[in-house]
Amino acid sequence: MDGRRYLATRAGGVMSEKWNLIVDVARCDNCRNCFLATKDEHIGNDFPGYAASQPEKEHSWVDIRHKERGQYPIVEANFMPVMCNHCDDAPCMKVAKDGAITKREDGIVIIDPEKSKGQQAIVDACPYGAVYWNEEKQIPQAWIFDAHLLDNGWTKPRVQQSCPTDAFRSLKIEDAAMQKIKEQEDLEVLLPERATKPRVYYKNLHLMTKCFVSGSVVADIDGIEECVDGATVQVRKDGNDMGQATTDVFGEFKIDKLEPQSGSYELQVRSSAGGDLSMQFTIDDESLYLGVMKLSAG
Amino acid sequence: MKFSIILWGLVQALRVAVRVYPKFAARVKERDLIAQFKLQDNSVGRWIQFQAGRIKSGSGLHENPDITLFFQNEAIAVEFLSPPFDQLTRIDAAKNFKVGMQGPDELVVWFGATLTYLQTVGWKSGTDMGDGVTRYTSGTNGGPLFVYVKDGKIIRMTPIEFDDDDAPSWSIEARGKTFTPPRKTSIAAHGLALKSMVYSEDRILTPMKRVDFDPDGERNIQNRGKSEFEPISWDEALDIVVKEIKRSKAKGRGTIFANTGSHHQWGNFGHYLSAFGRLTNLLGCTKMMGSPDSWEGWFWGAMHHWGNSMRLGTPEFYGTVEDCLKEAEMIVFWSSDPDKAYGYEGTVRRAWAKELGIKMVHIDPHLNHTAALLGGKWMAPKPGTDPALAQALCHVWITEDTYDKAFVENRTQGFDEWKDYILGVADNTPKSPEWQESETGIPARDVRALAREWARKKTYLGAGGWGCGLGGAGRGPTGAQWARMMSILGAMQGYGRPGVNFGNLQFGAPVDFSFYFPGYAEGGMSGELQQSANAANNYQRMPHIVTMSTVRQAIPRKFIPEAILEGRALAYLTDVSTVQGQFMKVGYPAPGHGKIEMMYKYGSSSLGTQMNGNRYVEMYQSENLPFVVNQSIWWEGETKFADIILPACTVFEHWDIGEWYNVGAGYVHHMYSMNNHRVISLQHKCIEPLGESKSDHDIFLEIAKRLDMGALYSEGGNTELDWCKRAFDSSDMSKHISWKQFLKKGYYVVPPVSEGARAPTANRWFYEGRKKDTPEPYPLPADYVQNFGDGLQTPSGKFEFVASTLNNIDDSGRPPLNKYMPTYETSRDEGLAEFNLQLLTPHTRYPFHIMGDERGCTIRDIKDHRVRVDGHEYLVAAINGSDAAERGIESDDLIRLWNHRGSVVCAAYVTDRLQPGVVSAPTGSAEYRPAGEPGNSTDLGGCVNMLNPSENMTEQTHSIKPNTTLIQMEKWTGVDTWRRARAAS
Repeated sequence: MDGRRYLATRAGGVMSEKWNLIVDVARCDNCRNCFLATKDEHIGNDFPGYAASQPEKEHSWVDIRHKERGQYPIVEANFMPVMCNHCDDAPCMKVAKDGAITKREDGIVIIDPEKSKGQQAIVDACPYGAVYWNEEKQIPQAWIFDAHLLDNGWTKPRVQQSCPTDAFRSLKIEDAAMQKIKEQEDLEVLLPERATKPRVYYKNLHLMTKCFVSGSVVADIDGIEECVDGATVQVRKDGNDMGQATTDVFGEFKIDKLEPQSGSYELQVRSSAGGDLSMQFTIDDESLYLGVMKLSAG
Repeated sequence: MKFSIILWGLVQALRVAVRVYPKFAARVKERDLIAQFKLQDNSVGRWIQFQAGRIKSGSGLHENPDITLFFQNEAIAVEFLSPPFDQLTRIDAAKNFKVGMQGPDELVVWFGATLTYLQTVGWKSGTDMGDGVTRYTSGTNGGPLFVYVKDGKIIRMTPIEFDDDDAPSWSIEARGKTFTPPRKTSIAAHGLALKSMVYSEDRILTPMKRVDFDPDGERNIQNRGKSEFEPISWDEALDIVVKEIKRSKAKGRGTIFANTGSHHQWGNFGHYLSAFGRLTNLLGCTKMMGSPDSWEGWFWGAMHHWGNSMRLGTPEFYGTVEDCLKEAEMIVFWSSDPDKAYGYEGTVRRAWAKELGIKMVHIDPHLNHTAALLGGKWMAPKPGTDPALAQALCHVWITEDTYDKAFVENRTQGFDEWKDYILGVADNTPKSPEWQESETGIPARDVRALAREWARKKTYLGAGGWGCGLGGAGRGPTGAQWARMMSILGAMQGYGRPGVNFGNLQFGAPVDFSFYFPGYAEGGMSGELQQSANAANNYQRMPHIVTMSTVRQAIPRKFIPEAILEGRALAYLTDVSTVQGQFMKVGYPAPGHGKIEMMYKYGSSSLGTQMNGNRYVEMYQSENLPFVVNQSIWWEGETKFADIILPACTVFEHWDIGEWYNVGAGYVHHMYSMNNHRVISLQHKCIEPLGESKSDHDIFLEIAKRLDMGALYSEGGNTELDWCKRAFDSSDMSKHISWKQFLKKGYYVVPPVSEGARAPTANRWFYEGRKKDTPEPYPLPADYVQNFGDGLQTPSGKFEFVASTLNNIDDSGRPPLNKYMPTYETSRDEGLAEFNLQLLTPHTRYPFHIMGDERGCTIRDIKDHRVRVDGHEYLVAAINGSDAAERGIESDDLIRLWNHRGSVVCAAYVTDRLQPGVVSAPTGSAEYRPAGEPGNSTDLGGCVNMLNPSENMTEQTHSIKPNTTLIQMEKWTGVDTWRRARAAS
């Protein structure tokens, strides 16, 4: 169906259910299927009223951002798909002229491939870097939530269909229901301070945005260095409890969700096997592996 | 019915088809001919004439027919021509001279194909999706796909989502939870990116000739890889190829070398073992002698401890998904990264394991993709030192008395000798955690902690990419030592006990193992009975005419350049039928055979996939190789080194059929247990071939026809679609779905068996001392030393800690007792002091070998695979932060990796996922782009295997040994001064 026709037929109707997308960062393993499926859908295909074809190179309408946290041996490699957030208060719409961008009643934001011609300001307006400039066609382009497929009876966008780890969940529900899920599942949005009201929500976003502290607790037992299992590790800041963990069989612990640039903390290790230890550490931009922490008493 | 009436009926059927089907009328218009049908004694006959699309006919004998089809007697004729046609009857008649065809081969094939078209012209395929869109299906190396086509153009490809008519999925109940796989197929990146490959800028769309190649004059062989190409017609190209075939054959037996890569497009008929196998058998070619690529350590090593020769030395995997989820408490992933090019079917099962709280440990120099997704303890041994770590685990188990003593006592032999070695009785070197620390860099305390946890918890050992073999440390120089250690670790903990086995949930799904559909290694239409698994099932199920090569020499895969340049290359055989098969040394030349005069290269690029690839350039520019034809879909690194290029089309442009990950017997038997559902797909011809490209099958037919072998090759005019129908009829699928339905829907999901009928858990029978009860027909009956079905394939029938079959050979790298030997290339070697980094070249994550790495493929836009600098896409090499800082390198910088064998420019990805001193770049590059003289300059394309040695892992094997290669690295200056030392091996 032509996108313009869709809008015309729905103009008078009542539609309170809107599309939302939940992305679980913990489930993304950078397989790139969402990225490739979107390229498959849009390179070489024009969908009038929805999107002109995507250039063969450079555009990442669904982009995967990386974050490595920690140092050997405690390292994480985390990934987060970022695409058009289909904001309810979309910065791009504020700079668009001639009605180039439309907010559909189902929440989806569409940049009209004809009317948006020459409007590079739309690219610059997006705080998420999710709008791409098509040099050849001189138009701004972004991920359209597969609106053209949903209008033809598809029940979910291709990013979700092709994902092997169920990192995506698309929901067409009322906003109040979505808010409930957001609270229940502890979802976040990108750049909440920009108040753009995104329709794309993230689960486990701390894997991209927060820091952890980690270490390996060891002790000499009968003269041999051993990993200390079951030691209690506690992190405090200004006397407040910021998290605790128990070491595993390798003596390793990880305490997560510390704010970047949050300064100094106190860490205390207690173990029935090998005595106590305390130290200070400072969180700058990166997560920390504090190294081998040897308990003094044996 | 009488012969004369059948013939009259045939004429009527032809006339009706011409009236009803415009496509059939057009077909009949293609040729004017007179075909005579008759009995051999001329007693009955009828001729049929096609003239300008009109059909005339008369009874009796025509005085001047173009072609004649004769039958020995009336009974045979009636049986042959009466529907429903019985394939066995027809094949029997053809090969025993009960029927015959006379006339020009080309016309005979055309007429035969026209008669079969009479049956197929009315078939309808695909699903109408409205709006002019038809949804077809296909099969790819990355999984089956729906293919949406509009106006003759592919618009999208998606995984297959099952509908309510498809078979149900299995469920597993484990620890109070019920797990059922998603109702869809998963797809790997190289499958999902295929539309971009169909329309890639690298497609070859016409036959090509090297501009300075003159088959009748100056061939300018020295210019291979340098000169440009010009388009020529199919007739010109095929005439040259056929003339070269005849020139070569006149020089002696086996002078044509048929050379394939190990990747291929999916499909039982397009596969190189199928159509190419048939043609090369008919021509009599010297074939490429494969090796157990990526199974090296298991095949040459572990097999000697427990047999399993037909599994290339890897363990059984039946029932392990269910057992692992129900019983296991820990999974140790050792050099095991299933979440990459193999597809994502097992990924959901590992998510269930995580949900159940099963602990995970990852042992790999690289924090691999699976480890990054699942989390858990990461241990990064220095590349090639893993066997030392494994021996230290044995040390802890022995000294702390925490191994499975009942299993060791009753099911194994040689343990005392092994125990003495581990304790250092003879060499005064206990293989303790402290001892391994200096080798591996892993703290002794971590090894003790792992050993104790392993002994305490029921543990699955996921060894290699699939958890039961493949890739990783098994394909390195210490690969045999490592795989042998994996089997030994399993034996010390009693593999087969509930919750204790081999696997990482990638294999062993509870699918139906009894439902027959042919796997690709069954050879399709090749007719080859010895060098494929054809004889096991396919030959009976799909009766066809046997072909047989008369050539007794083969060129070992790893030593093709040596065969051409030095005229000699021998290697040990990959004979999986028995353990001793691998002790035979064979190769090139064979007595009485000729020297190679021509190479028929079928796809892939050895420059990107083979070790020390610069050898290949030297080979191609040698006068020892007078002619090269390369049949390829895309311009890949090696394509340019040909004289003539024949353009093949993709799987979407011709008919084929296949089951997802079904290899068939004899290599990875029941490999489809990797999948959550067995899915068989018809690979529709979704669009017409692009440009002038043709399917591989049709190119081979054209060559065969020029040698009067067309009727033989096509069994009297079978097309690819006819072969698909024959495969369908041969399989159990034909009992459950009609051909008409299958043609339309395009796929079939094999129903799972009931819970009680699932395959027994792997190795449980051995653990419990029962007869073998797993559904694999191995070992062969003769290899049992006790009664049939009792014990293992080893000479003792037991697991052998000291491998007695290795007593028969003198290979210093594989002593019967698997002692630790440091990898061959180490910083201890003063001659290599300049090179202080180790290069890992693991299987690629996004492409499959080189497939998906061609220019124009969307995979090239993945920044973790290639990075674009100044318009060129450079392969990404991962490097450690401190190594980068020492050399002033940052992410996305161009860097040069080099040693005495090769020099390659990559783009840097600076990471903490590798330890200092280790560089990782994926094996396989579709592009070769020398900065200067090919073979003697730095490659900008990303063929990192050029740096790897081409020698065998150990002396008496046929193998590779990458993954510990010493290299150096620097920021790329843009000025190339690197030159190859010719002696480098």
